[in-house]
This record gives sequence, structure tokens and C-alpha cells, in this order.
Amino acid sequence: MNDNVEKRRSERTVDDVFAEAMAEPDIRGRSLWMDAWHRLLKNRAAVVSGVLMILIVLAVIVGPMVAPWAGDFTDWDNTSSPPSLETGHLFGTDAVGRDILVRTLEGGRISLLVGLVATLVSLVIGISYGAIAGYYGGMTDRIMMRVVDIIYALPFMFFVILLMVVFGRHIILIFVAIGAVNWLDMARIVRGQTLSLKNTEFIEAARACGVDHRSIILRHIVPNLLGVVIVYVTLTIPQVILVESFLSFIGLGVQEPMSSWGALVNNGAQDMESAPWTLVFPAVFLTVTLYCFNYIGDGMRDALDPKDRA
Amino acid sequence: MNRYLFMRRLTACVAVLMLALPLIPLGGCSDEGLDFGVRPENRARPVELVLLENGRPDPSVLAEEQVVRRGNGEEPATLDPHRADGVPAAHILRDLFEGLTTISSSGQIVPGAALRWNISRDARTYTFYLRRDLSWSNGEPLSASDFVYSLRRALDPDTASASAAALLPIANAREVLAGELPIEDLGVALLDDEFTLQITLTGPTPYFLGLMASPVAYPVNRRNVEAFGELFSKPGNLVSNGAFTLNEWVPRTRIVLEKNPLFREAGDTLVERVFYIPVEEASAEVNRFRVGELDWTSEVPSNQFAWLQKNYPDELVISPWTGSYFLGFNLTREPFVNNPSLRMALILAIDREIITDKVTRFGERPSYSLVPPGIDGYVPFTPEYADWTQDERNHEARRLLEQAGYSDANPLHLEIRYNTSGNHKKIALAVASMWKQVLGVSASLVNEEYRVFLQNRQQKIVTRVFRAGWISDYNDPYSFLELFRTGHRGNDYGYSNSTFDALLDEVGTERVRARRERLMFEAERVLMTDNVIIPIYSYVSKRLVNPHLRGWQPNVLDHHPTRFMYLLRTRDTASSAPPSTVDAVSQAASVEAEALPPPESILPPPETAGPQADEVDDEDSSERIEQETGEGGS
Amino acid sequence: MRQEGLLQLAASRLIGLVPTLLVLITISFFLIRLAPGGPFDAEMAAPPEIRANLEAKYHLDEPLLAQYFRYLGEVIAFDFGPSFQYKDWTVNELIARGFPISATIGGLAMLLAFFAGVLIGVFAALRQNTASDYTVMGIAMLGISIPNFVVAPLLILVLAIYGGWLPASGWDWTWQRGIMPVVTLALPAIAYIARLTRGSMIEVLHSNYIRTARAKGLPERTVILRHALKPTLLPVISYMGPATAALITGSVVVERIYSIPGLGSYFVQGALNRDYTLVMGVVVFYGMIIILFNFIVDLLYAWLNPRIRYDEGE
Repeated sequence: MNDNVEKRRSERTVDDVFAEAMAEPDIRGRSLWMDAWHRLLKNRAAVVSGVLMILIVLAVIVGPMVAPWAGDFTDWDNTSSPPSLETGHLFGTDAVGRDILVRTLEGGRISLLVGLVATLVSLVIGISYGAIAGYYGGMTDRIMMRVVDIIYALPFMFFVILLMVVFGRHIILIFVAIGAVNWLDMARIVRGQTLSLKNTEFIEAARACGVDHRSIILRHIVPNLLGVVIVYVTLTIPQVILVESFLSFIGLGVQEPMSSWGALVNNGAQDMESAPWTLVFPAVFLTVTLYCFNYIGDGMRDALDPKDRA
Repeated sequence: MNRYLFMRRLTACVAVLMLALPLIPLGGCSDEGLDFGVRPENRARPVELVLLENGRPDPSVLAEEQVVRRGNGEEPATLDPHRADGVPAAHILRDLFEGLTTISSSGQIVPGAALRWNISRDARTYTFYLRRDLSWSNGEPLSASDFVYSLRRALDPDTASASAAALLPIANAREVLAGELPIEDLGVALLDDEFTLQITLTGPTPYFLGLMASPVAYPVNRRNVEAFGELFSKPGNLVSNGAFTLNEWVPRTRIVLEKNPLFREAGDTLVERVFYIPVEEASAEVNRFRVGELDWTSEVPSNQFAWLQKNYPDELVISPWTGSYFLGFNLTREPFVNNPSLRMALILAIDREIITDKVTRFGERPSYSLVPPGIDGYVPFTPEYADWTQDERNHEARRLLEQAGYSDANPLHLEIRYNTSGNHKKIALAVASMWKQVLGVSASLVNEEYRVFLQNRQQKIVTRVFRAGWISDYNDPYSFLELFRTGHRGNDYGYSNSTFDALLDEVGTERVRARRERLMFEAERVLMTDNVIIPIYSYVSKRLVNPHLRGWQPNVLDHHPTRFMYLLRTRDTASSAPPSTVDAVSQAASVEAEALPPPESILPPPETAGPQADEVDDEDSSERIEQETGEGGS
Repeated sequence: MRQEGLLQLAASRLIGLVPTLLVLITISFFLIRLAPGGPFDAEMAAPPEIRANLEAKYHLDEPLLAQYFRYLGEVIAFDFGPSFQYKDWTVNELIARGFPISATIGGLAMLLAFFAGVLIGVFAALRQNTASDYTVMGIAMLGISIPNFVVAPLLILVLAIYGGWLPASGWDWTWQRGIMPVVTLALPAIAYIARLTRGSMIEVLHSNYIRTARAKGLPERTVILRHALKPTLLPVISYMGPATAALITGSVVVERIYSIPGLGSYFVQGALNRDYTLVMGVVVFYGMIIILFNFIVDLLYAWLNPRIRYDEGE
């Protein structure tokens, strides 16, 4: 029997209380990000989308490795054949006899890669550019935005097409071209929001405290932009994937034998009536992926936004 | 309370909006007379064709409105015949103008503005005798001086015509084009009177009469051109001498031609108006055809072909075309320099049946030679391996590859270059795949934009295996063979063989048809034995045609002048009896079956059935040689 | 203060037009000539004499800088020159014919997108995280999940060919030919705007002054329409500026599939055909439109958000 326990409550001293408190396990503090994570997990749509995305990513990475044939294998006995278990082509074949399932998975690799890399490029450039312009304001802002205006006035497609035509059609060029043009939108929006934020009380308070500009931008402005930026990013990744499919439509996208969902969907759309499976399967993958990105993005925005208490 | 009311109203708005969107089209079942949506099950059928004795259709079977709508592919760059090029513009120009010679509805060269002609013994001088009653659409008389003016204009450096290269055979043409000689020095002149034209050539040109039927040799009205300058080809300005005049031109929407009452055969032209609708996407063209907006498409997209065969069998028309699809070798670069057996291996390892049956599937014929079959009766050279089985070919290919020094340890890497197009891509894919499966050759595919591709191909610096092929404007095998002459501007292969060149020279001067064919056969044999190209298939033209539209015939040149066409009445679903007001005389004529294509549904009126070969009328006593055409004319 | 700020803005924008256009013209001019191949390449190479004649006629044989200054002179006179590809037409004529069509379709599409998108977005925001929200947003997002070159042929197939209610393609200024292109163009924009609106409205609704307005007992309709809507629309306006400019200069895909003779395909076809004058003309035209729309967006932004306005004066 323990001495401490037997002591009656009224006889406990401050030391005893203190000792008891120290003996208890620490209360774990939760950072804002943990809060956000927990909120995200409560969002069913986002969770489902997240799981789906993981499955899709696994499928596109592992699938072609375990498939019985490569994406460029032409099965001459089964050209343009519908999905069937006997031929082994679960998604059917295209006009030259290539298996649609493998092509879809391989195409997924390219599409996701393009989406990610191009968006990253535009993100990094756009945020830094826009935050600096919005924060410093005045002449700096004017000059920087003037540059954006000028670049903006160049029609995107024309610019990309010319780049493709002048430098050839390497896939790296697609990343660069798309990313390099998309940052403009990001910069604009970030600059706008920064202008709004700049005059809020907590920024003023930080300045009053003597925090230097760089810290203010990085520690105070950028995290507060995240809500808007994340919404914009989740609008951008699918947009980038669609831009690549537009390039395929005019013949400047990824080149054979590489393929992307956009290119596959484009080819399939032309055969809509005669060989619908060439359209349906890649389109489903494309659509589901885009939906998933959107729901995840929405979920993240809802989770990260400190004002959202609904 | 307010909150809920507001919410409900908002919900209602959104709901209405989401439902309304798809319903809007339903509310618009308009009946302005435009026939939207002819569903496949309810397609109209034409009445049975009844022909009169002279081959013309009985008026009772004709539709009331003789307006033809033709889908025409790309928008024409210009309607100035001397500066236009491309197939779409050529179709329109053939309706607007007429040259010295013209093409009949079956693809034969027949007299046009010229009634007859003489060709000198050395084939260097052509004398044309024009008809005397011709006029322009504005009433002015047309004479040989118009042709002199026009040929000079076509070669004038100021006109800067891109297609004038076709006229280079004319004496002094090159010097005139280069600006070294004035245009008056061109080898084109009036002979005795206003209706006799003499053209002197630099050398024998076998297809010269066909050339005179092509747009670059069409006449233009001098006053018209001088008044409007380059704008003379706009609607309202253009004066033409063909079966139709230019009524309207809305860029990329439509070109409308109206019947020219002053045309020499206006009485036989049944069509009142022709719409040429440019449609850039082949699938869009098919769509418009299916809803009844077009009577005629310029082509059919390959991926819909099998489906159309099943669902539109009466409308789909396929016929051989003067075109040959092949891949080319760049003979000036490794590994193809001096390596015919390697090239042969690559040629053999392709299963052309698979390509035509499963990849392109238009009904093309696999080809083992350069010249497509059916060109003016010429039988192309076929190498012996054309009769082998594909397995035998593959076996021989592997043997040759090994002989050339390639194997698994030392694989061959190639590239196939082509310009962006679904068809080219599929064929390149198929060929690359076959080479890989049979020979272990890894061929990468290089897809280039058209202009870049052309430039690379012509410069011969980076190409190895490339998409080639040729569709000729003339019904003459020579037009294919000349591409391979040493130094010819179409010779992107770097091929040079003096035997071949010498044979071609002989072809030009040979007058006897059988001997000409033998020479061309021999030339083709030399070419194919040198393994310069990889023949794949010979082209077919394919399109959808409204079953009501008759008067046209499939021909290898794929020229279809509208002036021979007409539209039949639609059969009433109530009565299916043939028209009752048929004359006893006209009943003697053949009654047409419904299935297309109609074999000989119209014969051209007798007086254009061929030049009067019996007249020996020329002043200079040069012997007449056999006319290039005319014998066996339709 | 407000008037001055706006006038200053207008003036600075107009002055800014000139250097912007100059840079635009210069970059485009030299970039397109960098591209290999020329406007007169054909399947079979033209003999050198003909090449020389063509180049002389279109001044392509002059030194590049001379061509550049000649072109600048023409642009100042608003003459964009003859089209290299469509030899019977000048670029001015082509733009004059194509732009009204593209502008009509694009403008209508944007209007549709704005009203539908905002309506949907507000609706979803007000019912955040309920089944209605998910359903409505889910349907709206189909617009950005299915590419328009799939939507267009699908619509044609269903509505024109099988249904027979609408013409298949082409253009003649009737609403029957206009509705499918407009809807096809609008769908992605509806989705974007709905999302932007929803996200923005959710943020706005949780802000202090909305809370104040509600606490004051104002009716919900007033709260939403009068207080929440304006700030909600800020990011939407930002988006719509360049988006509208892009739409009214034509969409390549929609115009090609529906056979609409608008400006859109001139971009792509011009570049692919190396039609220098047409490309330059369209680029300059597009540049002017973009600048105009940016200006409008800035005005609207300033009007909607007082904080920005005062800042501009600095």
C-alpha cells in the first residue's frame, strides 16, 4: 500500500499536487498543420480521392511492369477489337492492335509527370514573383506587373507552338513551355492577395515589432496565401494535363510511341462511334484523376483555412 | 424565416438552370425548311434513274432544285488559277474555267477550248485549233490570244506563281521565270489567226496535253486582270470561261458557283448552283453529310471507315486513284549508301496485306512497285518477291540483314520520319513494329510538323527513312518516274542512275504507245531493283456521296466536274412505282440499278467524244503522230 | 481621391500599351522567322526561280531588319499586310471576318459561364459540405474533367446526328448553330468560376464583417447579395479577365470541330503554315484585346476592393 494514496485529499500539499502533475504523461501540443490534417481526414470526399489517387499512381507505376505485353506491341490478329477476356485485352485494342490497358497506364505516367512538374515550375516562380511584387508595392510592383502584362499579352498557344516548332518536340520542352506560361496567373493572384493581406493588422503588428521583410513574407504572408494558392494549384494540375491534351489535339503533344491520357483520349474521340473503348477507358482514368485532384484540393483548402469553422 | 426562403429560391434557380441547359435544344425544333438530322433509319431514297437515248437523264426523274453541295477539305488559298495549288482549289477551278484540253467525266483527256490539235514529229511543237464560238462569262469573245496572255502571265515573275513550275517544259519558260528574258519571248504564239495557238517545248513532254487541262494553263480575261489586279479572283470581279461563274466567297464558310449560261455546253449543264464547303476536319465533313448538309465529301476519315462501310454502304464510294504511297530511303546517308541488300531486307520485312487490311483499311491495294495500277492501261513492274508468302519474304529479309552485318549483338537503329497526320502515324507505327518483330531493328518514330518535315526531306541532311509517296495530276506513269531523275527537284532520295535517266529521255520521244510502255516498264524495273523506295500501297479515293447525286464517274484522276452531275428526285414513301410519264423512246435506254457506283450513267454529248483524228489539215507537213488520247475515248 | 486614382490608372494603362505592343511585335516577328521552313514549302520543292519570285513579291529577300521596320510602318497604319497562305485576302479582312464570330461565341460563353458559375458556386457555398454541395459541385466539375474535344463530338453525335435537333457544324449566325459551340466553350469556365466562387464565398462568409451584418439582424438575402457578393467576386474577376480575352479570340478546338470560321484557328494554322503576316496580325490583335481586358479587370478590382484603390496612389 502506497503512502501517497492513503493520504486524504485535504492533507495534500502543493508539492504533492505538483508531483502528481509531473507524473502524468505530457499533453501533446497540436500544431496548426496537425489540426489541418485531422480536419482533412474528416472530409470523406478528400479521403476517398486520396486513396484513389494512390491506387492510380501505383497502377501506372507497377502496371506496365507486370503486363504481359508492352504498350507498343502490335497484335495484328486483334486490331480494333473490343474488350474481351479471351484475347487477353481487357480494355480492347486500338487501330494498330496495341493493348489499351497498358497504353492507358503508360500514358498515365506521362500525364501525371507533366501535371506535377509543370505545376511545380509555375508554382515556385509564380509565388515568389507575386509575393515580392505585392509586398513591396509601388514602383517595384508596377515594373514587375508590367513585365507580367507584356508576357501575358503573348498568346500562350502561339508561344508554345513556336517553341515546339523551333526547338523540336522534346517532352522536357512541354514541361518548360507549360510551366513557364502558367506562372503568370499564379503571380497575379498571389500579388492581389498579398496586397490585401499587407494592410491587415497582424502584418502591421509584425512590422511594428521590427520583423524584417523576408521573414514577414515567408512566415506571415505566404502561409496566409496558402488557402488561395492551394485552390489555384488544384485548378492548375488538371489544367496542365488538359493543356497537354490540347497540344496533342493539334499534333504537338508527346510524340509516339510515348503517349499521354490526353493523346489517347484524343485518338479515342475520333473513334467514338466505331471503337468506343478506345475513348472510354483513358477518359475514365483522366476524369477520375482530375476529380480526385479537385476533391483533394478542396479538402486541403477547407482544412488549412483557419477561418473556416463550419 | 428569411434565410430559408432565400435558400429555397436559390435552390430553385440552380435546379432550373441545371435542367434547362440540356432542354434548350429540345425547345428548338425549328422548321425553317432546313432539314436537320436525317437519321440513319429514315434516309431518303432516290427514284430510279431513267436515261434518254443520248445518255442524258429523263427530265421526270430530276429533282426540282438542282443545287449540289460539295465538301471540299481545306479552304483554297486563292482562286487565281495561275497561283492556286492544291486539290481543293483545283476542283473549284475546274468548274470555273476551261483549258485548251479538258477532262471528261471518265477521266479521259478530251478537247476543251481547243477543237483539235497537232503534235509535231519530235513532240516539241503543239498546235492548237480553238473553237470559234467561245466567250467569256461577261460576253467577250475568247480567242487564242487569251491563252497567249494567260500563259505569259503564269510565268511572269511579277505574278510569283508557285505552281508555274509545271509549265517549265515550255521553251524559254525558265529564263522568263528567272527574269532573264521578257515574257514575250516565251515559246507561245499565235500562228495564223486569232484561233490558232502554237506552243514550243524545250523537249518532249509526254503529259503535255494533260498539263493543258490543269489550272495553271487556264485562260484569264486580260481586261479583268488589268482592271482589278490581284483582286480579280474575288467574287463579283471574276470573269471565267467555264461551266460556272463565281457568285459568292465567304472565307472558310462557302464558295458558291452559278451556272454560266454562256458556256459552250451550257445547255447540257443541269446543275444550277454549286456550293463548295470547306471543312477542315474529315470527321466534321462526315457529320455534315449525315445530317444532309453535304451531298459529297472530299474524303472519309480512316478510323470511321469500317463503321461507314457497315452503316452507309450505298453512300461510300471507293475507287483507285493515281497515287502511290511509299517510304523513301536517303541514299546519301549511312547505312543506306551503297547498301542495296540492306534496303531490300527492310523492304521485304513488311507485311503489306496487314497494313492495308488492318491498319488503313480503305481497300487500298498492297503495292510492290512505284506506279499504281490502272494508269492509262499501264501494267506496272512487279518484282518476283511479290508472289512469295510473307514468311518467305521474312526469311529472306533476315538472311539479307545478317549478310549486311547486323544481328542481335549489333542491332540496326533507324528512324522513320513523317509529318503529323493520323494515317502516316499509323503506317509508320506498323512498319516500325514489323521491322522490330521480324528483324530486330529498332526504329524510332520522328513526327515532324509539315513544313519542318518538308524542309528536312528536301535537304537530305538528317533524313534516313521518311514518308514519301506521290499523287499525280496526270494520267501518265511518266509523272511518277520523273521524280527519280538525277537532280529532279522531287528527288529527295539522292538517287542517280544514268541508265534510268537515259530510259526516261527515250520515253519522251517515243511515239508508239506500246513501245513507250515497255520503256517505262524497263525504267521502273531499274528503279525498283535499285531498292530506292519501300512501296506500301496504291491510293484509293474514298468519299461519301448522296445517292441522289448522279452524273459523275469514279476515275483514277478523281476529277469530277460538276457540269455533268444532276440530282434525282426523292422517292415518295407512298408510291414506289417508277415515274409514269416516261416516253416510249426513252424506255429503250438502260434503267439504272440503285446500287452505287453507277457505271456509265452519263455519256458526254457526241461532239466531245474525241478529236477528229482523221482530219489532216496542218500547214506544216509534219506527220501526225498518234494522239495521246482519243483512241478508245469514251 | 477615388476619381483621381482611376484616371491615373487609365492613363498609365494607355501609355503602357505602346511598349507592350512593341515588345510583343518584336518577339513574335523574330520568333516565327526562327522556325524552320517557310510559307512556300510544298510537297515537291519549287525550282529556285520560283522561290526567288515569291520571296521578292513578299519582301522576304530583304534583310531581316529591313523587313522588321517595314512591318512596323505597316502596323502603325493598321495594315497587317496580305496573308501568305490565303493569297486572295488581306489579314485585315480575315480578322474583320473572323473576330465578330469568335467574339460572339466567346462572349456568350463567358456570360453563360459567369451567371451559371456564380449561381452554382454561391448555392454550393451556402450549403457547404451537404449532399447538395457535393452533387452540384460534382456535376459542375465535369466541365474541367472532360476535355472539350471529347465534349464537342459527343454533343454533335447526340444532338445533331442521332437526335436531329441541331445542325452538325458550320456557322450562319443562327442560334441553332451557335448553341453547341457556346455551351462547349462555357462548360470548363462554369466549373472554374463555380469553384472559385464557392471557395471565395466560404471565406467571405466567415469573415468578421459578415458576422457583424448577420448579428445586426439583416435578412439573409441582403447579407449575401449586398455584403458578401462583391468581395466574393474578386478572384472571379481576376480569372475572367484573361479568360474572356482568350475565349473571344477563339478556341482552336471548338472552331475546328464545329467548322466555325473564327480567329482561333488562325493562330495555330498561321504558325504551322508559316503565314508570317497572318500570325503577326492575330498576335498584335490579341495583344490589344488582352491589354484592354486587363484594364477592365483592374478597374473592376479597384471598384470592388477599396483597399487596393488607396494603395495604387502610393
